[in-house]
Amino acid sequence: MLYREAGDFSSTYAQDSQTFPIRFDRYRYYFVLAFAFLVVPFLINDYWANAILLPFLIYAIAAIGLNILVGYCGQVSLGTGGFMAVGAYACYKLMTAFPDVSMFVHVIIAGLITAMVGVLFGLPSLRIKGFYLAVATLAAQFFLVWLFNRVSWFYNYSASGQINAPERTVFGIAVTGPNTDAWATYMFCLIFLTLSAIIARNLTRGTVGRSWMAIRDMDIAAEIIGVNPLKAKLTAFAVSSFFVGISGALFFAVYLGAVEVGEAFGIQKSFLVLFMVIIGGLGSIFGSFAGAAFLVVLPVVLKIVGVDWLGWPTDIVAHFNLVIVGGLIVMFLIVEPHGLAQLWRLAKEKLRLWPFPH
Amino acid sequence: MPEQLIFAMEVFLNGLMAGVLYALVALGFVLIFKASGIFNFAQGVMALFAALTLVGIMNGQVPFAHIINATFGTDLHYFGWTVPGLLAILLTMGMMVLLAWCVQRFVFRHLVGQEPIILFMATIGLAYFLEGVGDLMWGSDIKTLDVGLPQGINETIDEVTFGWFGYGFFIDNLDLVATLVAAILVTGLVLFAQYTKQGRAMRAVADDHQAALSVGVSLNFIWILVWSLAGFVALVAGIMWGAKSGVQFSLSLIALKALPVLMLGGFTSIPGAIVGGLIIGVGEKLFEFALGPALGGATENWFAYVLALIFLVFRPQGLFGEKIIERV
Repeated sequence: MLYREAGDFSSTYAQDSQTFPIRFDRYRYYFVLAFAFLVVPFLINDYWANAILLPFLIYAIAAIGLNILVGYCGQVSLGTGGFMAVGAYACYKLMTAFPDVSMFVHVIIAGLITAMVGVLFGLPSLRIKGFYLAVATLAAQFFLVWLFNRVSWFYNYSASGQINAPERTVFGIAVTGPNTDAWATYMFCLIFLTLSAIIARNLTRGTVGRSWMAIRDMDIAAEIIGVNPLKAKLTAFAVSSFFVGISGALFFAVYLGAVEVGEAFGIQKSFLVLFMVIIGGLGSIFGSFAGAAFLVVLPVVLKIVGVDWLGWPTDIVAHFNLVIVGGLIVMFLIVEPHGLAQLWRLAKEKLRLWPFPH
Repeated sequence: MPEQLIFAMEVFLNGLMAGVLYALVALGFVLIFKASGIFNFAQGVMALFAALTLVGIMNGQVPFAHIINATFGTDLHYFGWTVPGLLAILLTMGMMVLLAWCVQRFVFRHLVGQEPIILFMATIGLAYFLEGVGDLMWGSDIKTLDVGLPQGINETIDEVTFGWFGYGFFIDNLDLVATLVAAILVTGLVLFAQYTKQGRAMRAVADDHQAALSVGVSLNFIWILVWSLAGFVALVAGIMWGAKSGVQFSLSLIALKALPVLMLGGFTSIPGAIVGGLIIGVGEKLFEFALGPALGGATENWFAYVLALIFLVFRPQGLFGEKIIERV
């Protein structure tokens, strides 16, 4: 039977507080993990990797990061694109400065650097909130993009102003540069996504996560009951920027390979990730996955339907994409402000009672 | 007088003119924010949409021509007539009122009582939607907008300043017109809000929704009115910016520039929007003039935001905003 607690007894506290308390759910989770790690790498080809899987994995990391800031801590940020750029450029400088070090280390250090930048731009959040803060994060977005465009040290004085990922390896397997295998890049991103999700999930249900949620629900009240807003807000900015930085580094090094900062990390990217979080579900790790998957797959599906079936030119399809995404955002906010994640939760509740709902 | 100073003065004046245009967009934000507490991110796209519609009507374009052509294999583009500017503006205004009604009826009526940040995100969605619809309706190519506004260098100012300093200032006629229009618009709006019945009702709604409802003000009507007014301001801004730099997507990015303007001036103050606009306009032009070459140029992209950010840390409510009081 689906989703039954019946016969599922926990005899330790650890069992009682695990992420997936229902046995069926837990097995489903193991199954998905096993499928992603053991089956997909053997089936994957370049089209699937580049059109759907890599963007999904990378955006999901970014969405988890932004969800921590917006969904859990309630600080709306429009600077995601800028922070992704920090991750990408940090990763680039590290890759070119230390060619022999494993890519794993580079990506993680890039994330840490982004976390520091994030804290710096998060400082105003102590004084301002709501959409004042949203606008303040726009400063980060525009300033960072301008900085990477203008200061040639960041792109190693290359003539084009672009950054290109040289070939770097993990345990002798190339994960960046032109000669990579689809499975290698996929596995590399998948490992980061899995770790990010596990870390995020466990942070959000612990002390840190609870203080974030207290700040989100009402910051003054939280302060009165003893939550330190300075610590809570800045950790949220740091953790969020860490994930966003990792996704920016992967987006540049593994997925695109060559990046022009204004194009790849512009304000549109900030909105895209924010939309993923809204559609997926504010304050839900699963929602970050769902939102990223939805907004990665939607343009691909629209392109297949519009261009291949109906024979429309691509620009019309692109405009339709805008209309549909905009419409969906509004619709989700009206009908289901908690996004796809809430639909999933409701479906689980129904499944638990099915087939005898009374 | 030293040459640098004269240049700086010219830059200052041009900054003032640019600031007026920012203020025009910011004005639309303030209107909606005051009356409904909605921070309307779509204001810039509304300006773009209004300008696109105006051009489309004036040139007699067939709406949705691209889709119709692509679906049915026809070759429609123009009706074959042109509409005079004034009539087209009136028709566009009608369109903006219709849009206001739709926005109210289909979006914000369902979001009454939600948190401000949810409403804000809804307007981001609305912005995407409108942008897509505008492109689908009228095509996404860059269009020129000509409603007969004077353009080019103002000869009188050029000659007078040449007589004073031995150097003629370059001031665009269009900027002068924009300043005039903005002045009229602000005066009109302030008079409307202070002295008419609808204006009073509008301010009542801004103060307290519930109390306004209980004395018989129709919230629905007021909100449609406010969105229409914002649409009107968007149309004016769209005409000015469209005449200046062509009707294209970048028009909607100007709206983003209006955000720091608002933060400087305070979200709730019409004079604040004007003063904020002028400060940002002058500030970014002078900064670029003084430090731009040393920093690598194009500082205009971020100066406004960083200025607003620094400013906010010291005075979160803006220059003229109402003091923010928080209670548990």
